[in-house]
Amino acid sequence: MNNFPLTKIRDDFPILKSRINNHQLVYFDNAATTQKPQSVIDGISNYYKSYNANIHRGIHSLAEKATEEFEETRSLVKEFINASSENEIIFTRGTTEGINLISSSLSKFYFNEGDEIIISEMEHHSNIVPWQMIADENKLNLKVINVSENGEIDMDHFNSLISEKTKLVSIVYISNTLGTINPVKKIIEKCKENNILSVVDGAQSSAHKKIDVTDLNCDFYVFSAHKMYGPTGVGVVYGKEEILEKMPPYMGGGEMIKDVSFSNTSYNNLPYKFEAGTPNIGDVIGFKEAINYIKNIGIDNIETYEISLKKYTEDALKKIDGIKVVGTAKDKVGIFSFTTKKVHYYDLGLLLDAKGIALRTGHHCTQPLMDKYSLDGTARLSLAIYNSTEEVDYFVESLSNLIKR
Amino acid sequence: MSTVQIQNDIIDDFKILDGDLEMTLNYLMELGESLNDLDEKYKIDDNLVKGCQSKVWLKCTKEDNKIYLEGDSNTAITKGLLSILIKIFNKKTPEEIADTNLFFISEIGLNRFIGTQRSNGLESMEKKIKLLALTL
Repeated sequence: MNNFPLTKIRDDFPILKSRINNHQLVYFDNAATTQKPQSVIDGISNYYKSYNANIHRGIHSLAEKATEEFEETRSLVKEFINASSENEIIFTRGTTEGINLISSSLSKFYFNEGDEIIISEMEHHSNIVPWQMIADENKLNLKVINVSENGEIDMDHFNSLISEKTKLVSIVYISNTLGTINPVKKIIEKCKENNILSVVDGAQSSAHKKIDVTDLNCDFYVFSAHKMYGPTGVGVVYGKEEILEKMPPYMGGGEMIKDVSFSNTSYNNLPYKFEAGTPNIGDVIGFKEAINYIKNIGIDNIETYEISLKKYTEDALKKIDGIKVVGTAKDKVGIFSFTTKKVHYYDLGLLLDAKGIALRTGHHCTQPLMDKYSLDGTARLSLAIYNSTEEVDYFVESLSNLIKR
Repeated sequence: MSTVQIQNDIIDDFKILDGDLEMTLNYLMELGESLNDLDEKYKIDDNLVKGCQSKVWLKCTKEDNKIYLEGDSNTAITKGLLSILIKIFNKKTPEEIADTNLFFISEIGLNRFIGTQRSNGLESMEKKIKLLALTL
């Protein structure tokens, strides 16, 4: 932990200097969205200040520059997740749109009545509802993998759910509520053996773990920029080129076409086939800076630091009487959902905010998981690169005092 | 005491806290603790106030043209807010209740302390009380 440039990193994020309710801000709501470093803010701002133009079809200098920066982001994303080609990188508004893109497009040609889709009990609503919607439309069955008491995927149950009718498995890499790191590689291997398409919801994993889609061998990997120090409104669908080629467009409009006439329209090549309309250019360019930021620190360094901070937090939380952590998987990241005996999580959220501490309260868009644990919600602390042991100490002290009353 | 006088007293009580967020939240929780718990048999869906993220139950009865209010919540701060409304509206006539403008909320600047969600919840509680008062 000693070599990690924490002070420098904290200086890079202007918002961390804020005072909230007369206290120094302690931002522990990183699973919802991370804060942005100055370089990302500058990247977006420079685009609007210096080269704002619509991309791809312009021939003037501004359009050239904007297109170049936009496409550079695509190349950087490709390299960051180790995809084979830029054609496999589709920009979206975020993870939710990404999953909807995949489900909507596949539903037009891939499934037959009675086919099965497998998800797990710990999925975010974004990885439940889109599949339910196409299951309703196409008379498909949704199968759900059990999650154990401590928050781990039941692999035996997963294996038992696979049948000849299974056509797709969509699974979260890291649970936003439990912090569990799922054995997605094993799940994907099983999918490959059985000719099943695999989708990985990478919303929580992309800023905290090295992502290598070639090594994972998943068919799709979906994530959002704003959970990895980038802007909101930008996400990525990675899809294997051979599958994307077969998939029909998700939306129709400008950019996604080759030729349009009233009798016939032909579609553009990958990845543009899936990018109808003017994209979120400024924020995609901001995303480039976010990836560069992570690369400059080094994802391995980030992972090492965050593991030690997670361990520190885990030990500190264990020492508080009267709290229960939900999600104690062996392999997990620094996401801690908890309830306290005395204070309701809603009250806790407000009382900690009064101390300058930002965390999330509620069901975290995982209501089926809450039902499983007979909870209606929890308070959730989630860590990122700029968090410190001092902040954890302050949180533990504040929480201990609140639940003592 | 009129609902105006009660509200003025409430405003005076909050003034002592000098706008301090932590003290205000603690005071709201104390108010909540001082409100009698509602008997479990009344914690039914029919008595739930819609529009609150916390669970809020309101039991409302009418006797001699006066409205009698009891209530509870699963969260302490919300229970404190409910206790204030009960203090203002309890044992008042339906007409008084309907005519009451809750000026204490803006006078104290309560929304700043409790956030948008709870402010909306407070409004839902007020509406439910006024509706019940007029329809019982």
